[in-house]
Amino acid sequence: MLNQTAANVVGSQGQENHEQSHPRFLAHHFHSSEQQFDSGKLGMWLFLITEVMFFSGLFCAYAVYRSTHPEIFIYAHQFLDANLGATNTIVLLCSSLTMALAVRSAQTSQQKMLVVYLTLTLIFAAVFLSIKYVEYSHKWHAGLLWAGDFHPVAGHEHAHDGDGQDAGKTTVMPRDVGVFFSIYYALTGLHGIHILGGMGAIIWILIRAVRGDFNAEYYAPVDFVGLYWHLVDLIWIFLFPLLYLIH
Amino acid sequence: MHKSTVTPITAHANHEHIPSIRSLVATFAILIVLTVVTLYGSTLSLGSAEIWFSMGIASVKAVLVALFFMHLKHDKPFNVLIVVFSLAFAAIFIGLTMVDANAYQTEINTYVESELK
Repeated sequence: MLNQTAANVVGSQGQENHEQSHPRFLAHHFHSSEQQFDSGKLGMWLFLITEVMFFSGLFCAYAVYRSTHPEIFIYAHQFLDANLGATNTIVLLCSSLTMALAVRSAQTSQQKMLVVYLTLTLIFAAVFLSIKYVEYSHKWHAGLLWAGDFHPVAGHEHAHDGDGQDAGKTTVMPRDVGVFFSIYYALTGLHGIHILGGMGAIIWILIRAVRGDFNAEYYAPVDFVGLYWHLVDLIWIFLFPLLYLIH
Repeated sequence: MHKSTVTPITAHANHEHIPSIRSLVATFAILIVLTVVTLYGSTLSLGSAEIWFSMGIASVKAVLVALFFMHLKHDKPFNVLIVVFSLAFAAIFIGLTMVDANAYQTEINTYVESELK
């Protein structure tokens, strides 16, 4: 009420100043844009460490089973196609680059380039999931499922054993190979869900970018979605050698 | 080219570091090279050193992504501290669980073998 009266007294000139000093996306409970940005960034990092702890539970399962049953991992890795895994690693690295460039475009108010880079990031994410789909469907048909539903179909067992090096030493299937696939599906599945979630977040950012919401003064959502996207990439950087490159 | 919508960087409100395109592309190039090195390393017979080799490279890649793509190099020290602490606790979590699980392995193996007979 008091503010309203003050504004009325100051008149239209004061109103304009007020508009200028109050950025469009500054929430009322923040003192300044900088405080809002720093608070958001701190919150994002706290969220990201909960993600690290979340995934570390699954990495822990991997570490425990690999240290106690190395033979399962050595036997099971031949069912994974390292070429597809490497391709996906590169696709995800490309998406990380385009995301970093998108954040930079937002920071420098290049709104058209922001839209271009976000679209490219989405495309790379879709390529990643398509390759993942090819891998999953192959395993599904080959009966390579989690422990309990692990019934490998004869003839598919050495599908990826192209070099023939391992064929001799791994003819006898060790017990509990399904455990490897339980860990494989939990890790890659959770990672895939994170890619899907990230795509949703990027679409939200993309819609706002097309609307012209972001510029050098306000780009926090782009920055934070970028941080999330890089973390998802980081997790894959560890998943790739752990799952695909076992010897 | 970008009309008047371009705000001068001096008026930049958040005082955030803006990375150069060159540094981002260079980071990307190193990441790709390291991926190829990991792939090549997996064809060598490194034995038990293999896991440390591939995890070492993955860690270097992770640090590169964090420092340059996630701007951690120019971020507030407190945010860096949060990340370092989370990794330290993840290491304690995984390390101690492995020590614990390995402690019972001989008993588990004896039990499994007696069940199989």
